[in-house]
Amino acid sequence: MDKVLKINESVEKSIINLLKFLLESKKINGVFTLRKLYDNDSVGYSLITDVSELDNAVPFYPLMTANAGKILSHFTQKKPIKKPIAAVLRPCELRAFVELVKREQGSLENFLFISSSCGGVFPIKTVEPDKYISNYWDTVKNADISADIRPTCKACEYFTPYNADITVSLIGEKKLDKECRIFLNTDKANKIVKGFTGEMLEEKLESSEISSLLDKRKTEKKKLFDEIHIEDLGLEGMVEVFGKCIGCHVCSRVCPICYCILCDFESATYDYSQYDYEKELHKKGGLRLPPDTIFFQIGRLTHMSFSCVGCGMCTDVCPVDIPVAAIFQKTGEETRQLFDYLPGKDVEEKIPVMIFKEEEFTELGE
Amino acid sequence: MKEQFTPKIVGFLCNWCSYAGADLAGSAKLEILPSLTVIRVMCSSRIDSNLVLTTLLLGADGILIAGCHPGDCHYEKGNYYARRRFALLRKVVETLKIDPERLQLSWVSASEGKRYAEVVNQFTDKIRKLGPNPIQTNPYL
Repeated sequence: MDKVLKINESVEKSIINLLKFLLESKKINGVFTLRKLYDNDSVGYSLITDVSELDNAVPFYPLMTANAGKILSHFTQKKPIKKPIAAVLRPCELRAFVELVKREQGSLENFLFISSSCGGVFPIKTVEPDKYISNYWDTVKNADISADIRPTCKACEYFTPYNADITVSLIGEKKLDKECRIFLNTDKANKIVKGFTGEMLEEKLESSEISSLLDKRKTEKKKLFDEIHIEDLGLEGMVEVFGKCIGCHVCSRVCPICYCILCDFESATYDYSQYDYEKELHKKGGLRLPPDTIFFQIGRLTHMSFSCVGCGMCTDVCPVDIPVAAIFQKTGEETRQLFDYLPGKDVEEKIPVMIFKEEEFTELGE
Repeated sequence: MKEQFTPKIVGFLCNWCSYAGADLAGSAKLEILPSLTVIRVMCSSRIDSNLVLTTLLLGADGILIAGCHPGDCHYEKGNYYARRRFALLRKVVETLKIDPERLQLSWVSASEGKRYAEVVNQFTDKIRKLGPNPIQTNPYL
């Protein structure tokens, strides 16, 4: 049984009030959360230190404008933050941040992580997301899959957070607009909410709603994979899927795991020289331009697929709508199984390519 | 008589074991099929998956990675890392159904000239059966 704080107010209001309380009582020095930016309803991540600014916060708005893990890594990359900050993020974003910390690209120090069971997010390209929002919350209440969320989110099985200090229960909460249950997972969380009004209970986050959503997501995942025939892609299939690729590499720019500033694929190493063009043309009699339709993606898969948290940013930003995330989800599943690894679960666990066991893979090496 | 297909295989050989093994095979005048183009690397763990993938996508019929036997690495544990990375690369290629058979990892020590010849000949036979890499003629790659 976990400790739960029940607050008799809508989820969004409860969390904003909690954040205000923490900020006012100087238990934290800042808040990292989604916030309405202008009057035109755009939403983005913000760092907030002024209590009145929190009125514009929309902590669980279903949009991921950038993977928060990547943003948090940017300002903890050189050294940990000095003063405590509460960060409200989604389970996959938190997992991405942990993956980055494992790669020495950030620090978890002084953060209070507030996450939730997650109903998914809308694609960034969604025009006027406010139109779909009441529908979205209905599906969250009923532990259903909203039709408007990212295809990757529809197929996501890891929608409850790891490593969160506070987990806000959203999935299957019928009375979302009236009450809010927050799970206090760590001592830090227990200490920090002292003095905030609410009823202390002992409950479990796992519920029949959550497991029913998990089943629905699994079915949806199979559907997604079948749609692009991922089981029997082969060379031809890969060329077909990535044939439209314009080589902008934005999928890796937004990827929280791809942190390398000097990405190998952006370097001149794999550029074609005139000689290479001639050689290839001599062999094939024709050449797609730009060359390397699939090399970039297969290369990236071997570099980081085991760490893919399945946030779906890559598919979301792809200008030619290639289902990049689905291919990463599938391949990631396989490579994770190989190493019995779940990205972002445990910060102490090393990434698979940094360790080895002497007695493993003995079947390799003919 | 129909000419037999001689595959083009790229071999990444570790400097301390497999390359020396290849040397030994040569000086012992063992019969080795002329299919392997050797690239010497300091350690099998130096081979990034990108190297293997470019080689494959530029049309090599087969790729052989050879290093010291597990436990015998000149750098103590390089080949364990190499093995893990190879497993990862193979899994990715397997998942996408792109001829995982064309990749091979072998352990050949400096004293195993005979084994080196065997490994090369066997792998060449295997690739012969698979035929040329279909990538060679695909203009859309």
